[in-house]
Amino acid sequence: MNAFVAILRRDLLLAMRRKSEMLTALFFFMIVVSLFPLGIGPETALLRRIAPGVLWVAALLAAMLSLNRLFAADHQDGTLEQMALSPTPLALLVSGKVLAHWLTAGLPLVLLAPVLGLQFDLSSRALGILMLSLLLGTPLLSLIGAIGAALTLGVRGGGVLLSLLVLPLYIPALIFGAGAVEADMAGLGAGGHLSLLGALLALGLFFAPWATTAALRIALE
Amino acid sequence: MSQPLINWFKFASPASFYPLAGKLWPWFAALATAFAAAGLWISFFVAPTDFQQGEGYRIIFIHVPASWMSMFIYCVMAFWSAIGIGFNTRLSGMMSSALAPTGALFAFLSLWTGALWGKPMWGAWWVWDARLTSELILLFLYLGYIALTAAIDDPRRADKAGAIVSLVGVINVPIIYFSVKWWNTLHQGASVSMTKAPTMAATMLWGMLLMALAFWMYSIAVALYRVRAIILERERHATWVAELPEMQR
Repeated sequence: MNAFVAILRRDLLLAMRRKSEMLTALFFFMIVVSLFPLGIGPETALLRRIAPGVLWVAALLAAMLSLNRLFAADHQDGTLEQMALSPTPLALLVSGKVLAHWLTAGLPLVLLAPVLGLQFDLSSRALGILMLSLLLGTPLLSLIGAIGAALTLGVRGGGVLLSLLVLPLYIPALIFGAGAVEADMAGLGAGGHLSLLGALLALGLFFAPWATTAALRIALE
Repeated sequence: MSQPLINWFKFASPASFYPLAGKLWPWFAALATAFAAAGLWISFFVAPTDFQQGEGYRIIFIHVPASWMSMFIYCVMAFWSAIGIGFNTRLSGMMSSALAPTGALFAFLSLWTGALWGKPMWGAWWVWDARLTSELILLFLYLGYIALTAAIDDPRRADKAGAIVSLVGVINVPIIYFSVKWWNTLHQGASVSMTKAPTMAATMLWGMLLMALAFWMYSIAVALYRVRAIILERERHATWVAELPEMQR
């Protein structure tokens, strides 16, 4: 467990030293969300309808943007090999890295989303559900993304390839995440969607570190 | 210990599988041609015109088998990937990558013929139905697999990375299908139900089954032919390849 905390602290420290990368993804999120009203028009009723989907798609893309740096630097300077050789299970270390990625790339999106939701005239109740769905969904994005990041490690054209691999797998998270807010706004209650999202998160927590580890071992061969 | 009738592991070696595949594929190709001829004859000349859909319904004789094959081939790919990871056999990865283009082809064919069928029947080339959407995502999964394996130069590494992608994908396919299905019911989008099975005339069913068999045989023949090419490409430095009669020319 010590190693888990150590990796987490190290990755958070590294992210803090390179704030610009984190902030770029956040600004990307803000800009993409702000582009939609400009493209569609300022009609409040329409904006309120598309808000959950727009915010979720933007969060998805922003979370994907930062996946590249998840393992790349460690792979380049050989840290990753040392991790693979260490007596601590690699899956545990990978979980620490994924948690650090979520704290630096996912959590800020969750905190920023209600502010952007105000631009779309969402009610405070809908904003709460949106935050809750993002809180459950963004860790899932980090977990699935880690598999893709590990598979495309050191591969030609990794960035575009990563999106091709990861985005189809993000679809269930998008559907249930945006669906939770929409269902609540339609008066159907968001409980079902949020439970499913939680179930997916539990599945991801169990399987994703394992698959990521297998992919990393292939990349290190 | 009783000796098994056939030593399956013998054929896990490319050197012994190559001649076997060479012997088998013409048979499967011939069967595919025979089944396709019979199936097309039934679907065009024997099957009656549909009361509601007219002649346009005949596209299902291509469409339905193509959709079946696209899903089935993905499962077969995942099966070979699991074998490849479990037993560390070289041939399994080659088999997966030989199947991928055929699977992608069938997924595309199914979407294409579906659009051609949808236009006269529903009045739209595309509706966001659960089946259509998940077929589209299946095509994306195939393309992701092909793109990843093509981007990695070392074939062994490409096989293993591809194996992980197809296994992750095969877990996700049902999740994606149900999520799209529930998304669709929430939105009440297309008011088209494809789930209620129409009572089909026996001849129509026969035509469809024959076409499915034809596609099945075609897939096997093409996969075997392609795996032979992959074996030759990867093992070109091996002595047994140099000693092949087709290499002597």
